[in-house]
Amino acid sequence: MTTELDSSTGTELAASMIDVSKSYKHFKLENIHLSVQRGTVAGLIGPNGAGKSTTMRILMGLVQPDTGTVTALGKSISSSEAAAKQDIGYFSDDMQLYKPESIGWHMQFVRSLYPTWDEAYATQLLDRFGLISHQIAKGLSHGQRVKAMLLLILARRPKLLILDEPTNGLDPVAKHEILTELMRVVEDDSRTILYSSHNTQDVEQISDSITFIDRGRVIASSNRDEFLEKWKRIKLHAPETWKAPDVEGLRLESCHRNLHVLSFSQFRDQVPTQLHEPGVVIEAVDTMTLEEIFVSSVMRGREGSQS
Amino acid sequence: MHSWITISLGDPRPLYLQVIEQVKRRVAVGDLPPGTELPSIRELAAGLKISVITIKRAYLELERDGVIATRQGKGSVVADRPGLQASIQEGEMLGHLKQAVSLGLLLGKSKTEMQRRIAEVYEQTQKGGK
Repeated sequence: MTTELDSSTGTELAASMIDVSKSYKHFKLENIHLSVQRGTVAGLIGPNGAGKSTTMRILMGLVQPDTGTVTALGKSISSSEAAAKQDIGYFSDDMQLYKPESIGWHMQFVRSLYPTWDEAYATQLLDRFGLISHQIAKGLSHGQRVKAMLLLILARRPKLLILDEPTNGLDPVAKHEILTELMRVVEDDSRTILYSSHNTQDVEQISDSITFIDRGRVIASSNRDEFLEKWKRIKLHAPETWKAPDVEGLRLESCHRNLHVLSFSQFRDQVPTQLHEPGVVIEAVDTMTLEEIFVSSVMRGREGSQS
Repeated sequence: MHSWITISLGDPRPLYLQVIEQVKRRVAVGDLPPGTELPSIRELAAGLKISVITIKRAYLELERDGVIATRQGKGSVVADRPGLQASIQEGEMLGHLKQAVSLGLLLGKSKTEMQRRIAEVYEQTQKGGK
């Protein structure tokens, strides 16, 4: 197996997309760059319809991109997809269990297809997820169905997990159970997870890297703490007619009378010196939540693409 | 398993700082005596359900601050050096002071004004304590 290295850090990549584009009639994925280092958890965050699922399907070889290079576990996806897929676990909410059969029946079925199936681990997962082997798929709740499908994927011990919105629509307890299991997976540093959500709170805690996508384009990529350190909300008092100076990364979010609220994406322990001008009084510099940073990034990206 | 550290997403500070602060506090009060083995980075990440990169960054800074020592291939232990507990407490106070001063600077306060405010807060707190 060939090993692919990240040119900037020299670490091994579990998955990468270089300059990937794909056009549909009403949607287009443009110049997607994504690299996921081995042994990490990568979060993909985007609003509904941003292109998260298409990106993941391309990575799985389920969709053929128009241009670009896609690699997973050191193999080019287009040329040797079957070989790579043995080691990839893919979850999507579109996937269904066979309704008349039990969870145990599904476990036997997957075990017969994958030699890497770990029966002891599967039994542990049943217990930790609060599932019962003889439960029939038809009668499962949404949360139980998601956990059963994840069990079938995790017990194969794949090297790379590609999970498309696994926590969508789950209650906080089920989410907690799933995040706990995912973190146990990467206790083994040879395993990698790529995980999408439209909810920042689902991915921010466990992700080593977080990529925001919107309208088919990557708009920012970093990790939670770096996002939080770089982005600040600045509240200041200035005359109603005051115009925010043209500083890179500075954006007026709202304005009421003489209270102006700005977001700033290039904070390095200092507000822009251009804000220290007569008549301007800075009232506060606050941390933003990842969700606020995500929304501001999306709005900035959309403004930029319109101009 | 690692219930001596608790992480809160509601806390506005970065997660790695929360980890650093809590390890330091446990060391300062003597809960983690010198030589105590710390969990491996991946173990702690799994236990707290926070990313590996966050724990890695916290451990690196704790090492740089001399609170822990990392031995190649053997994991990390609480550093064994005299005055460690006192220096952590001193460092914590310095951190709070620095934060207050940089906030003062952001808000355009002068040195004299900041000194006056600290003296005021000192008087109030002392009175309140009695």
